Amino acid sequence: MSTASIVADVGVEEPQLPPKIAPTDRRKARQARALVLPALIVSLVLTQIPFIVTIVVSFTTWNQLRPEDTGFAGFDNYLTVFANGDFLSSLWATVLITGSSVVLSLGIGLGFALLLDRKFLGQGIARTLMITPFLVMPAAASLIWKFLMLDVNNGMVNVALNAVGLPSVAWNTDLPPVTIIVVMTWQFTPFMMLILLAGLQSQSREVLEAASVDGAGKIRTFQHMTLPHLRQYIEIAVLLGGIMLLQLFDPIAIMTKGTGGTKTLPYLLYERAFIGLDIGQAAAFGVITVIITLAVASIALRSLFKVFVEGKVR
Amino acid sequence: MLGYKRAVGVGASLTAIAVVLSGCAGAGGGGGDDGDVTLTLATVSNPQMKDMEELKGSFEEQNPGVTVNFVQMEEGDLRAAVTADVASKAGQYDIVTAGAYEVPQWGELGWLKNLTPDLEDDADYDVDDLLEPVRTAISVDDKQYAVPFYGESSITMYNKEMFDAAGLEMPNNPTWQQIADFAKQLDTPEHAGICLRGKPGWGDLFAPLTTVVQTFGGTWYDEDWNAQVNAPEFKEAVNFYVDLLEESGEPDPVSNSFTECLNLLSSGKVAMWYDASVAASILEDPESSEVAGKMGYAHAPVVETEESGWLWSWNLAIPETTKNYDEALAFVKWATSKEYHQLVGEELGWTRVPPGARNSTYEIPEYQEAAAAFAPITLEVMNSVDPVQPGVNPQPWVGIQYVTIPEFQDVGNQVAQLVADAIAGRTTVDEALEQGQPIAQTAGDKQK
Repeated sequence: MSTASIVADVGVEEPQLPPKIAPTDRRKARQARALVLPALIVSLVLTQIPFIVTIVVSFTTWNQLRPEDTGFAGFDNYLTVFANGDFLSSLWATVLITGSSVVLSLGIGLGFALLLDRKFLGQGIARTLMITPFLVMPAAASLIWKFLMLDVNNGMVNVALNAVGLPSVAWNTDLPPVTIIVVMTWQFTPFMMLILLAGLQSQSREVLEAASVDGAGKIRTFQHMTLPHLRQYIEIAVLLGGIMLLQLFDPIAIMTKGTGGTKTLPYLLYERAFIGLDIGQAAAFGVITVIITLAVASIALRSLFKVFVEGKVR
Repeated sequence: MLGYKRAVGVGASLTAIAVVLSGCAGAGGGGGDDGDVTLTLATVSNPQMKDMEELKGSFEEQNPGVTVNFVQMEEGDLRAAVTADVASKAGQYDIVTAGAYEVPQWGELGWLKNLTPDLEDDADYDVDDLLEPVRTAISVDDKQYAVPFYGESSITMYNKEMFDAAGLEMPNNPTWQQIADFAKQLDTPEHAGICLRGKPGWGDLFAPLTTVVQTFGGTWYDEDWNAQVNAPEFKEAVNFYVDLLEESGEPDPVSNSFTECLNLLSSGKVAMWYDASVAASILEDPESSEVAGKMGYAHAPVVETEESGWLWSWNLAIPETTKNYDEALAFVKWATSKEYHQLVGEELGWTRVPPGARNSTYEIPEYQEAAAAFAPITLEVMNSVDPVQPGVNPQPWVGIQYVTIPEFQDVGNQVAQLVADAIAGRTTVDEALEQGQPIAQTAGDKQK
């Protein structure tokens, strides 16, 4: 209704702009909309119903092992979320672990992307090998790191440390957040590398040649030509990598079990729902997580990321 | 080209639907049209359960028309599946495996059939042959809600070669103080003195630690469900455990639970281990263990109590919603019968007989011979533990290394995470337990 009237108004006031839509076109448009409608309804139902159910559940008392004791809880679940202090410490752990992993994997990924961008013998093989960690399932990766790499007696990392005369490190006991960050960085460096490599390869060779003709050194070329060109790719890599790392649960469940500041939001949610068996409380945690994520994401997307800002202007 | 793609797409989705539908039929199809019965058994995937699946043909031969369908799941998934099944009265599962922690809770909620009358009526089954403490742990008000398939306690395991080399001798009933002294003397750069679980979790760290707390005179709750986590005895016990780990325990304890300690011990990296008795059968297997034949076994270490071993059993239970109770009961009785133990021994080997369920198993000569190193002590410990009052003071629940309330997994996990911080030295034990007290109290208040 409203769109139709706007279209009509525009047509009256500024006849030289879009020509009046012919009745046949309008019928076609209506037809098109009708055809899209089922898909739209299905996707709305599929995406929004679960969330609405979560909101409803978050206001109920519902412990799986106390089926007789369910009912409306009001804001009790939300009060618990903020009262017991788990949420804020978990939020901080999430920011710390995800943030460090994103920054580290981006930095290392950029380094590898620059190296792989050169021509050398066996480039294809090197590239495939570099991507492998990203293809390993997170659970398998965590097990590899736990038993083969970081094991205190015969893990490769500790054997290497001993070889240079340093003592073994009890990673899970003494440095839980570092352990998780190491595994996550290892897994996501190839992802960052791939996106940045695509960016590097889309850079025009002529521009680089021109720069070198003008007498710019390698570092200056990188700083003033390559890096600005890569900006959009870095933004996309950070955004996608951040989203994926935010959800990563396996290393924590397998290696540290949430001790020592590694209880991230996904693990906390899992613990509330599957260990605490408190579905109501877990739902409340979930709703608050969604609200915070939405707030952070919309601010970040609108202000920090050039990709989205430019898209809006266009 | 497009037509072909679409055809493939339609074909694929039809196949998917068919698979889903047949899956439903497989799980939900209780009785067939011709009187045949398919029993669906939901089980955790432990080796002993796989043995049972291997031998189910024998039961099917004896009971024509009955087939048994095994559905293997993780422990957590099993709980969710049973909960959903019972709540919706779907009757998908005719038999479920449940741990000693769940059986009394599910029984009280009315989710499981009371098996007492039917088991007692059958003289051949000899229900009194089942280990008494295990039966106690899976009964509520004298109603037995499950039948033990196999059971275990906790014992002290030690490397005799290392003890001999150090000139030490392990008594049959050691005290924790003695264990701490031994561990200190046996702790060398090559091997640690003792392996103890440090992985946070109610079933990991807190399985052995709860028994330590109890023998030090502490408990999770007093008789009125007041949490005792910051009581002096609880603190003393946890301090002892953490100090022992710090002084002569294995490195990186927070990584370690049953499997990790088993590896360390079987590769000769530690001298002693306090854990589940079922480990002994693995340590004595020359194929997987470097220390087979070199191990000694003793009772769980104590302080103020006579006995301090824990008690665990995996049990077969029949959900209230089953539509094939008679057939399910027949299978449960078969899988826990004396004949089944004979069958496992003859078909699969005597060390694979389910331990800790029947007294008579320990009288089979072949089993005695095959399990000579650990069978006598397992039986001795399992028959001497007291799940009604494992600690110094009476407690309002039945069970040793756990509290049979739904909230305990959560409480145990959270306090274990706090204790793990103390093991790593990020906080002190006292601080950790002060933080744990309100967590335990919130759960305790719900029982009042």
